[in-house]
Amino acid sequence: MKPEVMRDILIEEIYQRMKGNDKIFFLSADFGSPALDQLREDFPDRFINVGIAEQNLISVAAGLGLEGYTVFAYAIAPFLTMRSFEQIRISLALMAQTREVNVNLIGVGAGLSYDVTGPTHHCLEDIALMRLLPNVSVVSPSDASFMSDIATYAISNNKPCYIRLDGKALPRLYPPENQPLFNDGFSSLRRGKKICLVSTGYMTHVALQVADALSKEGCLVGLVDLFLLKDLNTSKLKSELSTYDILVSMEEGFIWRGGLDSLVASLTLSSKTPKPVYPLGFNDAYIFEVGDRKHLHEVAGLSVDRIIEQIKTLDGQ
Amino acid sequence: MQENKPEKISATDLKEKCRWIRSETLKIHKIAPGIRVASALSCVEILVALHYGNILQFNPEKPYDEERDRFIISKAHGSVSYYPILADLGYFPKDQLAKVGKSGSILGDIPDNSIPGYETINGSLGHGVGVACGLALALKAKGNNRSVYVLLGDGELNEGSVWEAIMFASHHKLDNLVLIIDNNKICMLDYCSKIINLEPIEDKFSCFGWEYFSVDGHDIEKLHAALAEASCLHAGKPKVVIANTIKGKGVPKLEGDSLCHIRALKPEEIDALTGENHP
Repeated sequence: MKPEVMRDILIEEIYQRMKGNDKIFFLSADFGSPALDQLREDFPDRFINVGIAEQNLISVAAGLGLEGYTVFAYAIAPFLTMRSFEQIRISLALMAQTREVNVNLIGVGAGLSYDVTGPTHHCLEDIALMRLLPNVSVVSPSDASFMSDIATYAISNNKPCYIRLDGKALPRLYPPENQPLFNDGFSSLRRGKKICLVSTGYMTHVALQVADALSKEGCLVGLVDLFLLKDLNTSKLKSELSTYDILVSMEEGFIWRGGLDSLVASLTLSSKTPKPVYPLGFNDAYIFEVGDRKHLHEVAGLSVDRIIEQIKTLDGQ
Repeated sequence: MQENKPEKISATDLKEKCRWIRSETLKIHKIAPGIRVASALSCVEILVALHYGNILQFNPEKPYDEERDRFIISKAHGSVSYYPILADLGYFPKDQLAKVGKSGSILGDIPDNSIPGYETINGSLGHGVGVACGLALALKAKGNNRSVYVLLGDGELNEGSVWEAIMFASHHKLDNLVLIIDNNKICMLDYCSKIINLEPIEDKFSCFGWEYFSVDGHDIEKLHAALAEASCLHAGKPKVVIANTIKGKGVPKLEGDSLCHIRALKPEEIDALTGENHP
């Protein structure tokens, strides 16, 4: 199957649901997608481009949500989550504790999706920021096969949700006949012995290359793809991780700043048999280096080869 | 649904309500010295005209009644004077007024929407108008003829997010939206004109495509007339009522003090104003 851009598949899913559900609004902060054109044309009353105004995007979405509408608010991930962080905190997270407000944020450009666009467009903080907010769900899919589940989840769970999507076209990791249970929040893609990689989003694609290359050398490492970063089935995940000795978190985010590594560490620390967590991500600095994603990963020591070396070292310990 | 407030209420009665609310607000200040009392005193006539002057539709028995007008108090921190009104209208028992800021009370120094009668949470400034735009859009989408009212402070106009919403409202012709600016002219540290001067505010709104009304915010009859006119006008434009007020109104020590936002009155000063004896 050829690589797909998740946002197009998700928007198509939402478009189909808008046909049968007149309570859905789609708001954009002047951000588009080929799939959005049909939606804009067919639902001129329920598609609103608020302009280049991410703060107002959230506020208007909250107002519609308070009146019982299901709202999707769509923008570039770093601007959506960071420029309007207080709007999300006040009018979604705080509000959702006292009133129902079903607003679903779709952020495009997770991690280094916008590689050559530079550090303003890199999004290395969003997992930590959104996970921090009570009453907000966080969804971080690794491929387009999740989009139907995500649309259903967002429409039915009646609370704010942040959906972080990669901006690049990515191949599917899950064949239709082997789609994981969405509400579990994770899927075990490879089973191993001593080490388990725990990744999210794009990094699951990298992790799969790592695991398969190591497997050819006789080193079997596990791989867990985490796609719900809040409200996941933690007892099931703890059980899955308990069979390993070392956990390696892999994310396009700053290490030890509240992102995926912190999530994995807090899970294992609260289990009966805590395991060490080795974090793979970006050190405490922004990336001004110009280059494509592969190049930026190489510079940061996150190339497949470098990760394999580190895993071998860990395996030998 | 309560067709709120008495059918006909005289200006004298409205003035008496204002006097009572100022007194109750000062009594609250006595037990909760941290409230923004000067800011709460400037908007008393606005709150009274809306709730006792047959402007707003509301239902204390069903605070989220579909047929209510939506009322957002964007300057939440300066609206403790709304507490006595909500108690008077039956949103919660009046004895709660004696517990403001106390442990376990439903009423804090800054109101939030866990309090019956508060539509949204607005302790942080600059959020109310954008949310109100969403409410106004939703009401139009539903075919609901109720309106959305927002009370905000003039200092709050410094927040950029407010102007994102002001632009949005006129573009989308939200003529079911009424903004009321408590133009008390003082921020926390100084006169607004010395910080970021926005006068004349009317011109700003006019050139952003809004219908504006400018009125003495303490003349209850004129204020009521302006609010009534703004409410009835549906000409494809959002509406703003600029209520020119005095921060700390009714307390000579606060009126005209550029730092009145952060002033707290002494208990004996409050007693002298409310006519109560100092315990």
